[in-house]
Amino acid sequence: MSMKKNYVVETIRKAQMVELLAKGRRVDERSPDEHRPLTIQTGVIQKANGSAIVTLGNTEVLAGVKVATGAPFPDTPDKGLLVVNAEILPLASPYAEPGPPSEEAIELARVVDRGVRESEMVDLTKLCIIEGKTVYTVFVDVNIMNVDGNLFDATSYAVVSALRTAKMKKYAVENDKVVVKDDVVPVPVEKTPVSVTMARIGDVLVVDPSSEEEAAMDMRITITTDDDGNVCASQKGEASTITPAHVLEAVDTSIRVGKAIRAQIIEATK
Amino acid sequence: MGLLKNADGSAYINWGKNKIMAAVYGPKEVHPKHQVLPDRALLRTRYHMAPFSVDERKNPAPSRREIEISKVIREALVPAVTVEDYPRTAIEVWVEVLQSDGGSRVAGITAASLALADAGINMRDLVVGCSCGIIDSQVVADLDDTEDKEGSGDMPVAIMPNLNQVTLLQVDGMYSRADFQKAFELAIAKGKEVYGMQREALMKRFFEGQEAGMVEEESA
Repeated sequence: MSMKKNYVVETIRKAQMVELLAKGRRVDERSPDEHRPLTIQTGVIQKANGSAIVTLGNTEVLAGVKVATGAPFPDTPDKGLLVVNAEILPLASPYAEPGPPSEEAIELARVVDRGVRESEMVDLTKLCIIEGKTVYTVFVDVNIMNVDGNLFDATSYAVVSALRTAKMKKYAVENDKVVVKDDVVPVPVEKTPVSVTMARIGDVLVVDPSSEEEAAMDMRITITTDDDGNVCASQKGEASTITPAHVLEAVDTSIRVGKAIRAQIIEATK
Repeated sequence: MGLLKNADGSAYINWGKNKIMAAVYGPKEVHPKHQVLPDRALLRTRYHMAPFSVDERKNPAPSRREIEISKVIREALVPAVTVEDYPRTAIEVWVEVLQSDGGSRVAGITAASLALADAGINMRDLVVGCSCGIIDSQVVADLDDTEDKEGSGDMPVAIMPNLNQVTLLQVDGMYSRADFQKAFELAIAKGKEVYGMQREALMKRFFEGQEAGMVEEESA
């Protein structure tokens, strides 16, 4: 959702940010590669199969997992379904409105989905019950509760944390029929993808931009890495450019900064 | 270029089996008026796939994928357009994929930037794209449909070649740090090759028979 409402204030603030960044400082006293305080709380919604509330500074998001069964896609008969969706709730910001998902919300959900999917975080082959007929369908829905910048990372951490703690009902096949069992098993999670989003303000890339920084940023780049430091998803956003050198710098920053965040997610979802 | 009679600018691209028509209307009045930008032009883009452009009929309603691609295409083109030259106006860029064969968004961008030039819109540079990916742990350029589905990664990149700026970057797949750099740099290099063809199309459209030497002169 566009926060660019006041051109005059933005321009003045941006000049101030650029000046500070030349000395390696940010308006909120963080260093360029420092993210805001991150908190993760899991198991907050009892009726969900898994859930997590993540706060990143004043940004707050809630992710909930619901597992059901359904038919697989025709081209992947032996794989379960995993769908990530995000909604920016009207209660999250004075600029958010109810209605069909905005372009921004669609991009947000698709970029987070890509990180989870491409890292092979969840082993989809283990979500197959009867090949070509019945598979587990895992839906992760994200409610954005409060917007203060960098929804991409907050959403990604919430989705990953909710999935890591999600438990699904066990299904068995008896006489070619799917039968629900009483016991629960964890969603087969193999990896912990971590997304790190940076904003370019002038010539400097800063990690985890706040709303204020997003209003002044030239462009945004999100890079998601897995436990082994592989890049599994990326997205450039906003109507400006980035140099090839900055792209590679962003990859290295994402790998470096992502390590500590991954450790925190794993600790919070034990 | 200039194939559509009604459009202010248009360009058609044939890239593998990709067949894409891009058209530009504007600068024109902005409707609805509350969308007016007081200091620059509003660039509208729509990337749309024809129902018959893929193997299974595609529902003509815009999908979430198309909405996202429309957004990234807009963000890839705006940096090249001197939008501050056209305050309070709208420039519309329509990208219609008639047949899709992998890498349609970068092919669409390549055609759209030519359509903008054809419409006489002031630009800093052309925008050209190419995608790279990984198949059997090999970095390869310009994946087609089958390769895209079977490979383990797709990385569309769009650049402004003369300004050395990246205007679109999307990545999915699994790349080691080294493979990422290799694929990214290959996409830029291949984009620059396509830029040569873009220039030729532009020269042919505007300088046919006049200054035939210009293309050779630049590339020499």
